[in-house]
Amino acid sequence: MEYSLLTMCYLIASITFILGLKMLSNPASARKGNQIAAIGMAIAIFGTIFLYEDESIKLGNYLWIFGGIAIGTIIGALAAKKVKMTDMPQMVSLFNGMGGACAALISIVEFNHLVHAYNPTDYSFFSNINGTNLLIIMAGLIIGSVSFTGSMIAWAKLDGRLQDYSFKGQHIVNILLLFAAIGLSAFVLLARPEETVLYFYIILSLSAIYGILFVMPIGGADMPVVISLLNSFTGVAAACGGFLYDNKAMMTGGILVGAAGTLLTILMCKAMNRSLTNVLIGSFGGNAASGGGAGGAQGQYKEISLSDSAVLMTYSSKVVIVPGYGLAVAQAQHACHELEKLLTEKGVQVTYAIHPVAGRMPGHMNVLLAEADVSYEKLKEMEEINDEFPSVDAVLVLGANDVVNPAAKTDPTSPIYGMPILDVELAKHVIVNKRSMKPGYAGIENDLFFRPKTSMLFGDSKKVIQDLIAEIKNL
Amino acid sequence: MELIQQFITHNQQMIYIVILMIFVGIEIIGRVPSVLHTPLMSGANAIHGVVIIGAIIVMGKAGPTDYNALILGFLAVILGTLNVVGGFVVTDRMLEMFNKKK
Repeated sequence: MEYSLLTMCYLIASITFILGLKMLSNPASARKGNQIAAIGMAIAIFGTIFLYEDESIKLGNYLWIFGGIAIGTIIGALAAKKVKMTDMPQMVSLFNGMGGACAALISIVEFNHLVHAYNPTDYSFFSNINGTNLLIIMAGLIIGSVSFTGSMIAWAKLDGRLQDYSFKGQHIVNILLLFAAIGLSAFVLLARPEETVLYFYIILSLSAIYGILFVMPIGGADMPVVISLLNSFTGVAAACGGFLYDNKAMMTGGILVGAAGTLLTILMCKAMNRSLTNVLIGSFGGNAASGGGAGGAQGQYKEISLSDSAVLMTYSSKVVIVPGYGLAVAQAQHACHELEKLLTEKGVQVTYAIHPVAGRMPGHMNVLLAEADVSYEKLKEMEEINDEFPSVDAVLVLGANDVVNPAAKTDPTSPIYGMPILDVELAKHVIVNKRSMKPGYAGIENDLFFRPKTSMLFGDSKKVIQDLIAEIKNL
Repeated sequence: MELIQQFITHNQQMIYIVILMIFVGIEIIGRVPSVLHTPLMSGANAIHGVVIIGAIIVMGKAGPTDYNALILGFLAVILGTLNVVGGFVVTDRMLEMFNKKK
């Protein structure tokens, strides 16, 4: 009786996951979708705790279970509530890593259950282990641990705790590592050697190292793609758990995220006009150093003073602000909104041009500006705004670089060639705010800065915007 | 070959779920506007936190002296909860900001 009630719980959970994800892909219903999925998750979790039974034995260790859930809830909720909107990508990566680690731990414990009765005199012991279970456990182990270490590295890099790091032939080492982990698993499965336990932990280490080395060389600009990919990995790892426990809710949730995550990864790559293999293997930084160095026709750039910028913008009729990651790091979204309000009061028409991959994740910039109360109608997507640029008097580029680099259209040798960009160079004046002349995340020189219509305004985005506001008020 | 056939026969239901869910997953994401990519990724991230069910089962089945399973299971429950709770709360925070504008 109770078991069938649990089946109901899992069915409801599975439906809410599908429904929730569906609603998440529409702006009007997104929030409700997330809440519905959360309710389904709660039903599945509490259903498991109170109703699950295996051969009519109920679960025990309630104190441990609730203790763990309490600790996780407090830390998770606090971290999620406190995190700054700019640090969102790191946070998602961190939570994703937790899920991967969870899946890997489950595999380790279940493996120990499989082998705990091992007795060295029993030669056929390993051959008698159920092959399907062993396969699923090892798949969960590999995918879970790659997802865990990979996400941790992605988190550390986005958080500025780690620099890009790559060595010569790293891709070959990576591929060898991956093949070694998979090959060893196949060997264990088919041959069932005496040293199965030892091999199991070697596989664990190989996968963990692979996760680290796989994310290490990937540049900041490509990080969202990697996080999305790791996200779908964790989904598949969760599905492995579902296979193991014959649990339909884990299965549905896991595969759903695995499939949706993979598609989302591809969509993100498309927004940057690059293929997934290119992101993963064609290490961005490496190519850029050679391509950018050769094509980087260094010219003269001119600086513009704060007061000149203030005058230019105030007496324009149409101003477009192009926010980029620099704005996010400087936490300048609120100041930016203030500037926009002030200019609007002065009769200037202000809009924001949002590149699909501006910020560190697609849609990241929209979230940031929404946080600062910028009205939704003022945010224009790339396709919408690109036709308008010739009629724009002034463009203010705030900490964006690669997304306004004309080389993407003109220079076939450029690593970002083919990526759709915002055509800011068509506007009458372009003011570029950057901290210095250093190239952006992709490490490429930006020819836009040397164009006659472009003026540079150096400094931290937030400081510059605040000074601009003061200047405009004084006019 | 026999091994594969055996595997498929034994796990029919699961294999059907896998195949159908792959299509469902792709289908429902297909037309998402890029504005929602970040919340969607974060929401999907929370959903794969369903792996916590496995952690609870591991934990609940562990014998009183099976310290290995107890400790690792406990850790898994904490990490799984972090994934679920953190994921849903972060997603809600992001979407809250979108809704204010409506």
